[in-house]
Amino acid sequence: MTKFSAADIRKLAHLSRLRLTDDEVARYQNELSEILGYVEILKDVDVTGLEPTSQVTGLTNVVRTDELIDYGVSTADLLKNAPAIEANQFKVKRMIG
Amino acid sequence: MSWEPIAELAKQVASGTVTAAELVERALSRIDETAEYNVVLEKATDRARARAAQVDAAVKAGKKVGRLAGVPFIAKDNFLTLATHTTAASHLLEPFQSPYQATAIEKLEAEGAIMVGKANLDAFAHGSSTENSAFGPTLNPLDKTRVPGGSSGGSGAAVALDIAPFALGTDTGGSIRLPASFCGVVGLKPTYGLVSRYGVVAMASSTDVIGPLTRRVEDAAVVLDVMSGRDAYDGTTIERDKTTYTDLPTDIKGKKIGVIKDYFGEGLDASVRASVEAAIAKLKKAGAEIIDVHLPSLSLALACYYIIIPAEVSSNLSRYDGQRYGLIAPDAEDLEASYELARERGFEGENKRRIMIGTYVLSSGYYDAYYRKAQTVRTKMINEFADTFKKVDFLIGPTAPMTAFKLGENVNDPLQMYLADIMTVAVNLVGIPAISVPADEANGMPVGLQLMAPQHADRALLGIARAYEELAQ
Repeated sequence: MTKFSAADIRKLAHLSRLRLTDDEVARYQNELSEILGYVEILKDVDVTGLEPTSQVTGLTNVVRTDELIDYGVSTADLLKNAPAIEANQFKVKRMIG
Repeated sequence: MSWEPIAELAKQVASGTVTAAELVERALSRIDETAEYNVVLEKATDRARARAAQVDAAVKAGKKVGRLAGVPFIAKDNFLTLATHTTAASHLLEPFQSPYQATAIEKLEAEGAIMVGKANLDAFAHGSSTENSAFGPTLNPLDKTRVPGGSSGGSGAAVALDIAPFALGTDTGGSIRLPASFCGVVGLKPTYGLVSRYGVVAMASSTDVIGPLTRRVEDAAVVLDVMSGRDAYDGTTIERDKTTYTDLPTDIKGKKIGVIKDYFGEGLDASVRASVEAAIAKLKKAGAEIIDVHLPSLSLALACYYIIIPAEVSSNLSRYDGQRYGLIAPDAEDLEASYELARERGFEGENKRRIMIGTYVLSSGYYDAYYRKAQTVRTKMINEFADTFKKVDFLIGPTAPMTAFKLGENVNDPLQMYLADIMTVAVNLVGIPAISVPADEANGMPVGLQLMAPQHADRALLGIARAYEELAQ
């Protein structure tokens, strides 16, 4: 059964962009080990000849004509929720040092 | 006081017997009266009153009004709405006000329905009890020491407490049917793709559906009829029935109903079992042909679900980066920290759990063993259901193995909490429609009877549910 170490959980947390507390790390070590232990029942299931399913509608390549649609939402509307804007754009912390 | 049928209410408004304003005030005051249950996170008072005035003015002027004229409703707080914030019951989206509305809301408003408030849920719809809400749990309307089910717990409780004649929910693995079962109301999970999800906070895109929670099956049919159909803004939507979903075929005689024996084994509460068996006996007496069926892959459904859904959750929730909207971390030392701190503070424990499980099963080296394997087992399950539906028209069983559990009972044991969904998740993985309707109570609490039908057979499903409803009275 998969057993997660504290380092495993910290790595997963970083990949998930979560900064966990030490208490959380300990908690998720146990919980994730238990949950991934449970799903191991799938390991021995015979799926010979079957393809994976990623969607169930049977629809393929739903496309529309390449025309601009007016969604009725302006740039100003979309920026209204932004914590910081400058020159009509989202302002974030420096990306390149 | 309970609400009249939706079609009846709209007729009264259209004829001027009652006003939309009266219905809206009745719903708004009911929200206040039931505040202790923590059902509604935010009222839509101003917009609701303004819209009611518009409907009433149209009636007065002799203009044609919509088929839901003046009918108040509650939306789960993961539907984007103009009148209120949309929080998904999370701190992450607590400050967020959407600049546009969900297609489902637009369609309901176009027919004159009026949203009066937003219902509580498990944050980002991750949960089975509504205890994962960042704003505290909703209490079960029939017993305040118990949960209402989840994740659409606020929507289920809103209908059971007569706040509104219908509430909208979302169902990714049982989130409409479980609260319907625990609160003693009707909950419809339509065929995957039948209702547009544009403007609804995405959880797991290959199984997320939208549906109504109501007092009566006929009310669920009306709401589905208004909401369903192709939407250019949601490429996964499918064609709806040409026939109206409100014209229900209720003839039971000769209908073949398969009893899912796999749901009657160990783990099923004895009194829930008795209640569901009594319901099946009623259908048999009314002329249905009852056939025992066995779907061996159902024992794998929950494991399959808890790989596929976290995988999709981890992808869908990666958009919440603490930069463009919602919670931010102004104290972060750099860009990377601003992602990590906003997400750490904004997500609830269950959100983080699912994001990390999803990240793990999608990571290189584990992808084939977990994610691809689960997707292939999903195919096996789809094939088994297809074979079974060659022999029967409908499938039947309990909605959940238990009645509403106590608040706090499962919060420290996520795997135990997941087991509440053991009878609902397969329907989502397969994409078929299902409905939970109240059966006889057990241990003084409501029990949900679950009926399932093949893909696209939503009208037939509503018909048999309506027929059962009559037998149960």
